[in-house]
Parts: sequence; structure tokens; C-alpha cells
Amino acid sequence: MININPFAELAASIPSSVMQAYVVLMFLLVIGGTLLDTIHKKSARYFFENAKKAQESASRSVSGGEKVSLALKTVTSEVLTSSEFASPKRRISHLFTMYGFILFVASTAILIFGYSSTKDATAGIWPVLWHLGALMLCFGGYWFWFGIRVDLASEGNPWNRVVRADMFILSLLATCTFALLWSATQGSTAGWIFFTLFILSSTILFGGVLWSKFAHMFFKPAAAYQKKITKADGSRENLPADFDLTDSAVQKQFPDIPEYMGNNPPNMGPGIKREAPNHY
Amino acid sequence: MPTFVYMTRCDGCGHCVDICPSDIMHIDKTLRRAYNIEPNMCWECYSCVKACPHNAIDVRGYADFAPLGHSVRVIRDEEKGTIAWRIKFRNGKKDFDLLAPITTKPWGTAIPQLSNESAPSKDMRDSHLLFNEPKYIQLDKDGKDSLHTLESNGLTLKAGVYY
Repeated sequence: MININPFAELAASIPSSVMQAYVVLMFLLVIGGTLLDTIHKKSARYFFENAKKAQESASRSVSGGEKVSLALKTVTSEVLTSSEFASPKRRISHLFTMYGFILFVASTAILIFGYSSTKDATAGIWPVLWHLGALMLCFGGYWFWFGIRVDLASEGNPWNRVVRADMFILSLLATCTFALLWSATQGSTAGWIFFTLFILSSTILFGGVLWSKFAHMFFKPAAAYQKKITKADGSRENLPADFDLTDSAVQKQFPDIPEYMGNNPPNMGPGIKREAPNHY
Repeated sequence: MPTFVYMTRCDGCGHCVDICPSDIMHIDKTLRRAYNIEPNMCWECYSCVKACPHNAIDVRGYADFAPLGHSVRVIRDEEKGTIAWRIKFRNGKKDFDLLAPITTKPWGTAIPQLSNESAPSKDMRDSHLLFNEPKYIQLDKDGKDSLHTLESNGLTLKAGVYY
């Protein structure tokens, strides 16, 4: 079942040009929504003003080569493996959701633009990737919604309390769930109901960028890169330096360190982080 | 002055919500980022500032230790067992660091086992000292664990309350 292209059967009722126009429309809505979000929240203005302020308090200049290496590090750690999440559970859930979303969206576009005629019931690996992407999205998304969402884990709210911040995750979950249900029940009346819900939820997902946190994925790499730059140029957002306790100059500046901790202090362990915070 | 959150740094993990003793750090319903819901009730205890894994929370310091407009930021490093503060004046010319130990032994390895201690004698009960106080603050011996003794500090232990 998962190797059947759902858009091939749909092509019997809806022309592929309509499907392609819908994908292009959604793409334009995401671009437009992100630009409006940037203008409305003034996030780009804040970002550049902050970067300028950091540059003014820098203690050293960062060379071009260093900037390239920091950009590469941002790509490998923050972008590809979501290292900005301090909680391992959130990181794993986010990776499933992110890669599931990328697989799902990319294979949808490929199936609609390349294999959306009635004779394309099998379209190589793409239908498998489409289903796999939706399943990964469901796994990461439902885990987040029912288990590790901060509203449940820290605020102690019930899972069914919905606020505007949930618009993104709920429309994302509805899109992948209804996509899978539509694929499983295609051809029946239930199939058409699920298809309608799938289109409705994906329109909310891609059309509601201004009101949801969809746009965040485009800002995050820039923010992560800027954070690395502030560490490299010594401005550190006015945070204290990362002192090496075994360094004799540090020990001379802060004599309490060798007096109470010795010249080579051991690793003291995770401290309060030994216990996961869950105290509401 | 109360805490505030740099929204671009916060990832909505909820550590500050958990640790706030006044229960005033909450998650915003629109952006799912932390914010201080009631600044009037903030004690400036710095618990959330130190607990934030992204250093996304800040507090404006008072004018009685630096002119207004300065920055006072802190990093509590559990693994090193230290706390580091940096105070920077608004003109950028005065910029100094403080670094102090917050533990001398790995966390959780030096917890007194009170159930293994013998019951306090009548003398101890009648004393102004707290239970095992000289021992716990390491003022009773010259052993290897002792950091300071009364003698090393030129002090003697006297009975009664004195100033």
C-alpha cells in the first residue's frame, strides 16, 4: 500500500494542473507569510541591530575563514541535527518532525509535478518516501503533542487545552494524519472526506505562517550563527568568559579557585541537572 | 529589577517555569516562549537566570552597585562547580569578572547522613550551636578535609551568645 502513488488516482478526478497550481500557491503563501512575519515582528531589524551592538563590544575580529567554519558548524550542528535543543527528547522528536516534513513536502512536490497522471500508480521510491515522511511526522509530532510539550511538562496543563501557539503543530499533525488516512481509504466516501480535511489542514498550515510559528525555521540558522559569532569575537552578549580553572592566570586572578578547589578541579557532575525538571 | 526574556534566545524548554519560586515565569500562549507574567512579584532571586540553558533571561541590576544602564550577567557552571558574574558599565570602560566556587566536591557525594549520627547529648541540646555545627562547617578539627580552623583564623570558640 505504501508504494502506491495517491496522486495518480486523484488525477482521475482532479487535473494535475490544478494540483500543481495548489502546490505553487502554498509555496507563495509560505514566502509571503514569512516576509510579512519578518516585517510585522521587526525580527530582521532587531537581528541586525543586535549584531551591530555585538560587533561594537567585540574584543577581537573574526576572520573570513573563521566565519565560514562557524557557518559550516551551524549547518552541521544546529540545522542538520538540531543541537540547540537542550533536552534530548525534544531534540529527537524535532528531528523526526523536521526530516519527516522535508521528506513529505519534497516527495509531494515530486509526485505532483512528475507523476500525477492516472498511469503513474507506481512512481519508484517516491510514494514510499511520501508515506514514510508522513509517518515520521506523526511519530515526532504526536510524541511532542502528548508527551513533551512545555505546556504539559512544565505548565501542568492538560493535553487538550489549545492556544494559538498550537496552530502550527496541530495543522501539521492534521496534515500528515489526514494524508495517511486519505491514502489508506482512497476511492471511498471516507477517502474524499479525509482528502478534504487534508487540503483544509495543509492550507491552514501553509497559509497561516503569519499567525503560527512556521517562520521560525527560517530564522533559527541565522540566530544560531550569530550566537557563534558573538562567542568567537569575545562580545559573548556580555556573558562571563568560559574560564579554564587549571589556567594559572585564572587561578592568580581568582585565588579562591585553587584555595578551595585545588589546582586541578575535578568535573563536579551535572548538579541540579541530575534530575529532569518536572516540578509543577 | 525583574527578569525579562530575550525571545530570540528562548526555545520554550520550561526550565524557568519549573524553578521560579514565585511561579511567575510562564509560557506565552501565542509564541510558546517564556515570559515574566508579574514583574511586581519577582524577587530577582536569579534562579531562572541561572537555570536557563540558553542564557535567554536577564535582570537589570540596581543602581547601588553600578550606574543604571549597565549589564550584569551570570553563568552557573554545574560541571566546573563555579559561578561566574560579569558586570559591564554602560560606557563599556568598566568591565569586570567575578568567579567563585559553588562546590568543592562532586555534586551529591558529600551529603551528611543524619540517620547515622548519634543522638545529641544534653550538653549539645543546651548549647547555642546547631546540631553538629562545628563539625559541619569544619571548625572543629585540623584534618585534611578542614578548610579553616578556629586556630588558623585566630579564633576561639566561646560559650554563649556574643557579637
